[in-house]
Amino acid sequence: MNSLTNRKKVVSDKPMTFTEKMYLWAIAKGMMVTLKHMLRRRKTIKYPEETRVFAPVYRGMHVLKRDEEGRENCTACGLCAVACPAEAITMVAAEREKGEEKLYREEKYAEKYEINMLRCIFCGLCEEACPKEAIFLTDRIVPTEFDRNDFIYDKEKLVEPLNDRIDITKRQHTGKRSQI
Amino acid sequence: MDTGLLIEKSVLVVLLFLVSLGIAAYSTYFERKLAAWIQDRVGPDRAGPFGILQPIADGTKMFLKEDFIPKNADKWLFIIGPGIAMFTALITSAIIPWGTDLELFGRQITLQVTDFNIGILYLFAVLSISVYGIMIGGWASNNKYSLFGAIRASSQMISYELAMGISTITIIMMSSSLSLSDIVEKQHGMNWNVFYQPICFLVFFICSLAETNRAPFDLPECENELIGGYHTEYSSMKLGLYLFSEYTAMFVSSAVMAILFFGGYNFPGMDNFSGNTLAILSVIAFFTKIFIFIFVFMWIRWTIPRFRFDQLMHLGWKVLIPLSIVNMLITGIVIAFNQGWFNN
Repeated sequence: MNSLTNRKKVVSDKPMTFTEKMYLWAIAKGMMVTLKHMLRRRKTIKYPEETRVFAPVYRGMHVLKRDEEGRENCTACGLCAVACPAEAITMVAAEREKGEEKLYREEKYAEKYEINMLRCIFCGLCEEACPKEAIFLTDRIVPTEFDRNDFIYDKEKLVEPLNDRIDITKRQHTGKRSQI
Repeated sequence: MDTGLLIEKSVLVVLLFLVSLGIAAYSTYFERKLAAWIQDRVGPDRAGPFGILQPIADGTKMFLKEDFIPKNADKWLFIIGPGIAMFTALITSAIIPWGTDLELFGRQITLQVTDFNIGILYLFAVLSISVYGIMIGGWASNNKYSLFGAIRASSQMISYELAMGISTITIIMMSSSLSLSDIVEKQHGMNWNVFYQPICFLVFFICSLAETNRAPFDLPECENELIGGYHTEYSSMKLGLYLFSEYTAMFVSSAVMAILFFGGYNFPGMDNFSGNTLAILSVIAFFTKIFIFIFVFMWIRWTIPRFRFDQLMHLGWKVLIPLSIVNMLITGIVIAFNQGWFNN
């Protein structure tokens, strides 16, 4: 019967000839293989200096977005926490007081918002669940820490800084969101 | 004794010492680089540009580590072991002719520390002592793995020294001298021994690999069977000396191979030069040959897997020794024929 791949080889254990027993030819062939590898271009990315180019849909560290006027989008509805399969998100909601209109877009906001980065599986379901376009996954990498507790990110680490806006347009134009 | 000669030789000795150490240090760097390249990696590149300061960093690390001597080890032998290994690896370079004569300050300076008329015998004596460093170190550690490494080293040494000696006798017969400088001068220009004695070279090369404990013959220190072999118990600079002596031995045996088979400092077209230009060019030619050999040593190490011990013994006793004896006999007959022994 013909094999599908044509790569089938019949194995035999016939005794080696004299030239085969000398192994010199085999050694020379092996050394040519290593020489070829030696001269090949290396694919290593020297990390701190060079970084890998991420795909536009890369799901890295989260950001809590602000709107154009710098107000936090999050209204602490808790849909992200419900959607999260790893149960990494917790939050405490609070009511917006008079005079805080510049800080929060909706009447309700998240007083506390924590994501445990060790639990998070970076699936992106939180951003899909979010009705207010508040949470997004970005192309930033979660840095390493020495303490497990340091991986629980609070609002200080998650909310986008006012003077250093984070671009999430790439993720807005992908997947489900672009169809809306 | 002539003071000038004393100064001249002392300078040469110090220079050789530094050069051997430098080359041994940078062999470690180059070995790691080459291993990386063969395995499609980059290798050490953090210390300095392209990682060229890596050997210095490694050396500093070795010095700063805790120097530990096991409780049940023979302290005196434990300390002297790495010393012997390093000493024997270094003193071989005394008889190697590094280049043609140099003229400096109105003096004719021979680029050879001492021109023994029995240079090759000295070489073999030192080579066979060099295994004592490993043996004593392995024995004094009072550790089974170390002892195994030491036993392997000595039995390997005995099996390969023979074939190596016999193949060298062939070269001695061809150049009718035991002095290394004579052997080199006989191969003037492109008249290299390797063209007359390729089989002899092959045997000698394989034996050199075994003598310097390089892969595929690195059984005395094979990591996956014997942890570290004879230097399992060693730490700090004592371990450093062992590793260093291996690379120095590699450098010296590359030099010996270049002398015996590839014409030492001779290079094609050397008659067009004279005086100091010739001397400098000859040194460059010699070192180029040495570096090529070191490269081949490393290339082989990262290509061929290690032998099993019975295969090693089989190759030594049943293949290389008969081969070198037959080769020696044939060479003897041809030489006798050329000198007219069979004419009457």
